[in-house]
Amino acid sequence: MDLSLLSALNAERAARRAAILVTDVATGEARLVREYEAASDPLAQELAERFRTGRSGTIEVDGRSFFLTVQMPPVRLVAIGAVHISQALAPMAKGLDLDVTIVDPRTAFATPERFPDVPVLAEWPSEALPKLGGLDRYTALACLTHDPKIDDPALEAALRAECFYIGALGSRRTHAKRVERLQAAGFGEADIARIHAPIGLDIGAVSPAEIAVSILAELVSELRRDRRRTP
Amino acid sequence: MLSSDSDILNEAEAWKRAGREVALATVVETWGSAPRPVGSHLVIDGDGNFLGSVSGGCVEGDVITEAMDVIGDGKPRMLEFGVADETAWRAGLSCGGRIKVYVEKVA
Repeated sequence: MDLSLLSALNAERAARRAAILVTDVATGEARLVREYEAASDPLAQELAERFRTGRSGTIEVDGRSFFLTVQMPPVRLVAIGAVHISQALAPMAKGLDLDVTIVDPRTAFATPERFPDVPVLAEWPSEALPKLGGLDRYTALACLTHDPKIDDPALEAALRAECFYIGALGSRRTHAKRVERLQAAGFGEADIARIHAPIGLDIGAVSPAEIAVSILAELVSELRRDRRRTP
Repeated sequence: MLSSDSDILNEAEAWKRAGREVALATVVETWGSAPRPVGSHLVIDGDGNFLGSVSGGCVEGDVITEAMDVIGDGKPRMLEFGVADETAWRAGLSCGGRIKVYVEKVA
């Protein structure tokens, strides 16, 4: 592979854009196809399918064997709330290879001292999320402040952006009130059902670290939904 | 430190830019229970330093040896590893799976 091609592939990933590297494994000849270029590629149909599933693999075309390295944008976790649970969540999420960002407008909470390993934005979600390039399908959102003023705008943005995982902390009663507010804001039942609340798998978590585990387990179960033994 | 496959591609680029000889190995097919999924990478330099994993440790040694040849002649190679088969390969996959690994030079 040419260094320039490897460099282009790395640049696409850094820009959070999906791309496929098509390699003829007999000759080593390769080309990079970005999502918007796929339709005009000789392998258009196969590439469209690969962009949909995100799966790398080998295909045979006219007796030639091609390997498709499918590169989806890195999975990202945005946590709203620089709270105790987030302090436990951030290093664990990094261990799972997630790009983590903490957002909380309360400057007493959102300090680099409390979050030495990850970027912290001491701003309202309405200011912070655009700075992150907005939310997208490859982003997970965890709302952890309990404060509707902070959580709700982020939840609405995540529903619109079709984030693959959306979770919100709070009791069933808190969530019932949240549902009412989202309905009033025009969100339908199917949208609202995409929010995991109370957040996290039901593992009986008590401590912030245990709650972080339950949140990340739930996030992974959405990320790997197509590999699950039970739907 | 654990490295993701994206870190590995960034590292491959950095190594090459630093003037090192670099080969990239990629899992291109798996059958049965294979330890690492299709698309997993291993980057190897001319001194045999490596980062990443194509099998969780079972066949890396052989892949690195082959990568030295790929760096030498610049020709890509397709390697196949199966259940421990002493006649074909020294390395085997004790899990009973089979994998194909494509090794190419970064030039």
